[in-house]
Amino acid sequence: MTQARITWLGVLVACGLMVATRINISHPFEWFPIALTPLCLLMALYRLAGEKSRAARIASPVLFGLGIIWAWEMLVVGLHVPFILLPPPSAIAVAFYNNLGLLGSDFDQTFLHAVIAGYVIGCGTGFLTALAIDRSAFLQRGLTPLANMFSAMPIVGIAPIAIEWFGFDWPSKAAVVTLMTVFPMLVNTQAGLRESGAMERDLMRSYGASYWHTLIKLRLPAAMPMIFNALKLNSTLALIGAVVAEFFGTPTRGMGFRISTESARMNLDIVWATITVAALAGGISFALIAWGERAVTFWHPSFHKRQTN
Amino acid sequence: MLPTRSVKRSAKAIAMTKSLLPPVTILVALIIIWYIAAYVLNEPQAIALMDPDGPQNFWAVMQASWSMDRPVLPTPDQILSNLGDSIFNYPLNSPRNFLLQTAFTAQAALTGLALGLILGIALAIGIVHSRVLDRSLMPWVIASQTIPILAIAPMVVVAMGNVGFTGLAPKAAIVGYLSFFPITVGMVKGFRSPDTMQLDLMRTYNASGTQIFTKLRWPVSMAFLFPSLKVAVALAVTGAIVAELPTGAQVGLGARLLAGSYYGQTMMMWGALVLASLVAITLIGCVRLGEFSLRASRGGRL
Repeated sequence: MTQARITWLGVLVACGLMVATRINISHPFEWFPIALTPLCLLMALYRLAGEKSRAARIASPVLFGLGIIWAWEMLVVGLHVPFILLPPPSAIAVAFYNNLGLLGSDFDQTFLHAVIAGYVIGCGTGFLTALAIDRSAFLQRGLTPLANMFSAMPIVGIAPIAIEWFGFDWPSKAAVVTLMTVFPMLVNTQAGLRESGAMERDLMRSYGASYWHTLIKLRLPAAMPMIFNALKLNSTLALIGAVVAEFFGTPTRGMGFRISTESARMNLDIVWATITVAALAGGISFALIAWGERAVTFWHPSFHKRQTN
Repeated sequence: MLPTRSVKRSAKAIAMTKSLLPPVTILVALIIIWYIAAYVLNEPQAIALMDPDGPQNFWAVMQASWSMDRPVLPTPDQILSNLGDSIFNYPLNSPRNFLLQTAFTAQAALTGLALGLILGIALAIGIVHSRVLDRSLMPWVIASQTIPILAIAPMVVVAMGNVGFTGLAPKAAIVGYLSFFPITVGMVKGFRSPDTMQLDLMRTYNASGTQIFTKLRWPVSMAFLFPSLKVAVALAVTGAIVAELPTGAQVGLGARLLAGSYYGQTMMMWGALVLASLVAITLIGCVRLGEFSLRASRGGRL
């Protein structure tokens, strides 16, 4: 108990030191807290690693992340790293706050239009194709190696062609996202539909269940872990696809457009603010899918309470 | 002995044709669909461009739509002949030669992959052996997978260009950054995959930490290295192409894609796309080959 209290006190002190350290290193004595902070941080992290509680498991990465941001701020400001090389986190936060409207409109263009449309169409097509070819072993054996090959290809390269076909606005980006997401979904759904065991399928047969009954009651639920795998993988791929497709041409808004034009104009704080938006969007959509996965596949062994070794 | 062996071999041959038949059939079907789509998409423009004095029948329209200069959808043979023209009819150092572009992009992808491999394995070793790193760094490695890292490519290129690093260095940095995540995650899993019994056996031998690592953890982790390497390769080629977009680079497949996009050169875009896919497939093939030979040298399993 006291041991845990010392740990948390150390965490508090480390946080307090990080906040308290002045960025302006003019007075010689101000080196002291700056030198003390990493020491305190490391000790707190070391002690947290020894704790078993859930709070410590969450606090470890959070404290580590804060430490990285602090070190970034200190090094960039203290060593006078040029702004065009790496802006300090504080400047990024200011740029984020000052450009909320701009960032919001980029988010709307890229995420709410291109990513979501492409993601839904791509995942839906992949899923339905897997269901459609489920009964044909020939089509399955033929499509799987091709789909695997397509997954390895740099599909974002199709973006300029998509722009030629579907125009500069978001539909061309949605097309790229669709193409990027369809194959992982197809392959994973197919693999998932094979997950149910022979014994379980025999049981369904002994019940006299039809193909559709077996599919809905047994094989689709058994496929859900694999399907959610694909949904998670695709949520990252979709965002990457939409952003990179915008590097090839877009109307004057969109996250990819913002990143490429503002880095050419050396406004790196806005670029980093856009990246923050992208990271938040990626992280939150991933968390939402993971939450859905927990709700749907609560029976899967990976969600049972695990013993730590 | 001989007859059985030949029976075995022919059985193997039959199994091989059986496994090759479906993908080949579907590939052929896709190519036929491609030609039909090229006809349907190019037909309006082809009719508009046709010689009014020449024949106007179906075959003439079809031929015209399959041999346009700037088609909506070029046919596979057009793409291939265009590639062949660029490779054989221009000197190797000419920017019009696609081999030069491919070599440039492949070089960036390979250098970056090597960087990512070293960094990824080093980080995995650190995470496996240090509780502090495991608790605090590993969640970030996993979380970073949900972030569209490729989006930072233009910024890295511009920022490194400002400090004087141009050409290969920024591209390799981006590719290395992209490819080290799957390798770290895979290798951490791999180093942890020996079970308690195997670890206990090593302990009864009084093996040191280094010995456990080199004799048990490292060999066992190979089964995890190859799948993550495949993911890393796919990311690496994409990363190398995207890294060529922002600076207006003159060489590289990504630069060709962008130039083709600006000047409406359809064939240039398709050629670059086909070659980029070929680079990815070749690299994946190399990984497969490595996996296969290691498997063979270990008597059939990893």
